[in-house]
Amino acid sequence: MIQAWSDLIPLLPELFLLVMINVILIAGLFIDEKRRGIIHFLAILTLVLTAVLTLRDFNVGQRFAALGGMFVRDGVSDVLKLFIYLTTAVVFVYAKHSLRVNKLFVAEYYTLVLFAVLGMCILVSGGNLLTVYLGLELLALSSYALVALDRDSSTASESAMKYFVLGALASGLLLYGMSMLYGLTGSLDLGVIADKLASGDLPPVLLAFTVTFIVVGIGFKFGAAPFHMWVPDVYHGAPTAVTLFISSAPKLAAAGMAFRVLAEGLEPRVQDWAQMLGFLALLSLAIGNLAAIAQTNLKRMLAYSTISHVGFILLGILAGDEAGMAAAMFYVIVYALMSTAAFGLIIVLSRAGFDAERIEDFKGLNQRHPWFAFLMLVTMASMAGFPPTIGFFAKLYVLQAAVDAGWLWLAITSVVFAVIGAYYYLRVIKVMYFDEPEVDHRITVPGDVRSVLAVNVVMLLALTMMAGPLTRLCEQAWQ
Amino acid sequence: MVVEQILFFALGSLLLLAGLGVVTLKNPVHAAMSLVLTFFTSSMLWILLRAEFLGIVLILVYVGAVMVLFLFVVMMLDINTTPLREGFARYLPVGGLVAALMAAQMVAVLSSKHFGFDNFAPPAPVIEGSNTEALGMELYTNYVYPFEIAAVILLVAIVAAITLTHRKREGSKTQDINRQVQVRRDDRVRIVKVASESSEGHGA
Repeated sequence: MIQAWSDLIPLLPELFLLVMINVILIAGLFIDEKRRGIIHFLAILTLVLTAVLTLRDFNVGQRFAALGGMFVRDGVSDVLKLFIYLTTAVVFVYAKHSLRVNKLFVAEYYTLVLFAVLGMCILVSGGNLLTVYLGLELLALSSYALVALDRDSSTASESAMKYFVLGALASGLLLYGMSMLYGLTGSLDLGVIADKLASGDLPPVLLAFTVTFIVVGIGFKFGAAPFHMWVPDVYHGAPTAVTLFISSAPKLAAAGMAFRVLAEGLEPRVQDWAQMLGFLALLSLAIGNLAAIAQTNLKRMLAYSTISHVGFILLGILAGDEAGMAAAMFYVIVYALMSTAAFGLIIVLSRAGFDAERIEDFKGLNQRHPWFAFLMLVTMASMAGFPPTIGFFAKLYVLQAAVDAGWLWLAITSVVFAVIGAYYYLRVIKVMYFDEPEVDHRITVPGDVRSVLAVNVVMLLALTMMAGPLTRLCEQAWQ
Repeated sequence: MVVEQILFFALGSLLLLAGLGVVTLKNPVHAAMSLVLTFFTSSMLWILLRAEFLGIVLILVYVGAVMVLFLFVVMMLDINTTPLREGFARYLPVGGLVAALMAAQMVAVLSSKHFGFDNFAPPAPVIEGSNTEALGMELYTNYVYPFEIAAVILLVAIVAAITLTHRKREGSKTQDINRQVQVRRDDRVRIVKVASESSEGHGA
């Protein structure tokens, strides 16, 4: 309940974002195609100012709730939000060129992405099952529309349809679990639910059902195996500018949802959901890494690689303690940075009427453009988890947390699968450096994209600067 | 109490009859009207449960808006329903099995030790007077945040629907009021000099 205007201060970033979305929505109607760069600028400015507003009250160690516990701000939500803004802004920079080339440079792309960002903020700040669900739906609805943005492409429409149907099914499962949780505890507030569950004397059979439905719902949204069917089709079918977005920031939000619902609401039942997440993690690592080997399309390959990364994120969450959560958070942030870099490079190498999305399109990239080949090399090495890159540290922390929590066998299995997975990342590197180029068109890249891409990839490499402060931030957020 | 029970059974049987009518009536328009009656009687049942706001909303939204749309579709599309009715005997065993299974599940849930009325007593009415007012108070105070998010979701639905369906078509008729107002005589009127007919022409 809002007693005074000051109750809304914690929501200031979200309110500002909503106002700016409406401004961009209206402005989009009056700005013609030639001057649509204004919308692009306005959208990035919005994200920067929202980040400034979030930083205004940023305090990692503090936690405060507003609106009767429906909105929670703590270190976890704020750190995730800041990285959501950052990745989305980077996505905007990369996407502009590709959107323009594919005649999709419309204001709606920006409004829908920003609506999705708003949904993600609501989701990671949700202190109540109701707000968690509504935030999730806001994110999901915007994503479905974004995937179908290219209306003349039949693969885009098909993948949007699949995404929509499976997403609706997942929402149904999640809602079913939430309704049973409400029936058992009589509250939607995650804190109250945790207290009720901790006090015991609830029917264990029903609780097991509840936890199962919620874990299945979260697994679907994460794209974890065996609920991963939509991921490759959507990544492949959607315009690359959209794939770039849905492969990065929403994963941060999915992790935020898992933190809120599992680590806060269902915290007393950790032994139940840790088992299930262990199963999901194992399957994701196996299916993701093995299926990625067989792909010839880079977007599909990255989709399967996402599934295997989700396996690692779940590995951190299932450890169940603060160290595990901090490791999972670190991993998901690193993943988002790697994913934007990888899809950004695909976009850079594409040109009108031609998406550089097959692995063969990267043949001999070193001869055509050594700098981009090097950037791709670093990104792939980081995804595979080779030591000088930050991807190595992400895997290391997650495995450490899992081993400390007594999941030794799972940690060993995941290392084995990660080594198998290194094959397909190395194949991309091999194709770039040791094969002869087949095409020879000039690679022209706008200066802003070139510099942001360089910074993005250097962030993956500059471990001494990044890994230390970032892990400390994640650890502080979970204390 | 007796009056309530009589009303309940009367409305309940009417609801079942109307529901049967939806699936058995041959004429689709009659079936749609039967669905209207189904909604109407179920809203009566809700009002009997003192959920008058939900009852009225059911009539306003479903009867008022959704069913009108249904009727439009039924009347505009000339659907031949005979092929849809074929194979009743063939599908009866499967359909019957599903129906029996669902009935068994409902009985199991409603009478089981988990969800039976022994475990969860029917809650005492907490509100005195109008529940429309009480709902409004809850919605605009304690639940104002989720309520506003729901509004944003509706906005996304509008934006997405327009983005995905609106196209600039060749030859679509639109008004440009600026151009209409600024139009001048020269833009519209063309003066054509026609040679006046002379007498020689006639003679030919």
